[in-house]
Amino acid sequence: MKIAVASGKGGTGKTTLATNLAAFLSERRRVVLIDLDVEEPNSGLFIKGQILKKEDKYKMIPEWSGECSLCGICQDVCEFHAVLRLGTQIMVFPELCHSCYACSELCPESALPMVPKKMGSIKQIQTDGFAFVESRLDIGEEQAVPLIAQTHKYIEANLKDEEIRIYDSPPGTSCPVIEATKTADFVILVTEPTPFGLHDLSLAVETMRELKKDFGVVINRFDLGNDDVPDYCEKEGIPVLARIPNDRHIAELYSQGKLIYKHVPQVETQLQAIEQFLEEKLNGGRS
Amino acid sequence: MKIAFTTKGTTWDAATDPRFGRTEYILVYDTETNELMSYDNRAIANEAHGAGPQTAQKLFEMNPDILITGNGPGGNAAAVLEKSGLKIYIGAGEMTVKDAYEAYKNGNLKEF
Repeated sequence: MKIAVASGKGGTGKTTLATNLAAFLSERRRVVLIDLDVEEPNSGLFIKGQILKKEDKYKMIPEWSGECSLCGICQDVCEFHAVLRLGTQIMVFPELCHSCYACSELCPESALPMVPKKMGSIKQIQTDGFAFVESRLDIGEEQAVPLIAQTHKYIEANLKDEEIRIYDSPPGTSCPVIEATKTADFVILVTEPTPFGLHDLSLAVETMRELKKDFGVVINRFDLGNDDVPDYCEKEGIPVLARIPNDRHIAELYSQGKLIYKHVPQVETQLQAIEQFLEEKLNGGRS
Repeated sequence: MKIAFTTKGTTWDAATDPRFGRTEYILVYDTETNELMSYDNRAIANEAHGAGPQTAQKLFEMNPDILITGNGPGGNAAAVLEKSGLKIYIGAGEMTVKDAYEAYKNGNLKEF
């Protein structure tokens, strides 16, 4: 089962939930946690283990050979303006390139061969209980999607047999989130009971409905704010899987890079509720 | 000599646009003919990415000697403009085109 932990709003507790849920579920199952928030992966701050593997990842970009008839087909076909004709030369902007090959394939003189450019790296780490894969974009790279796509491929090639995959997704509702959640069987949207939390949750809900995803909500810092988030979920018929308390002790454990459920029984109870919910999904889906 | 401005309008009294890539207009003043020509760049608002290099390409084709703007071009646009050899002066973001030109003549703008 592939479970994506996502959110509209950033800073609601995706990583906290993803790391704790992975460790908790791994007590009884084979779990792999994958940090797909490649622009700022921080699940690794809470996970200690041994690096088993590290792979650099590349994307393909065109490189001008330095000589051509300057016909301009390359710049005309580029949807992202990554190729420009300037006077007597062709300029390529690798950060804008989406590796579609159009300019390269359609160049009548084959003057734009595709070459690999490093964009990031993937690390596989073995902890006591589960496998952890961290995907990290290089500084200065602008596109998360190609690296997220390659991370999915890495999992298929190396950790295909783990029973549960948990994706720590990027925040927001844009392309990286779509790429991170698109293969998920279930999406957990983490939110907080504040006006900001509700606003961004409703955007994330729209996105998940558009993607035809099965999803539910976890409300973090539950004693904060007001009742608008639970009321919204009830009105929209969205299941609330868990309510994590707003507790100073939790914040302290988090700040020390520790897993929380091992020290706070209420959090463990909430994780049990999530496990039970997912189990029913799994069984319901099979019957 | 041709001097280009990033602007929010088409006259000497218009405000300069502090942005380079997403500037609404480009005005080009020809000091020899005393002509003020304008280019409407507002369609750039529809582009999610790559505004800087595109506007730079336009400017490259206009081939002015000087650019007067506000914040200055970003990395991609600067890479394009470097190839054109034009001189860029920044810090005119809060001025009218007229005042920006005066500030340039009096040496009050910073070279990028």
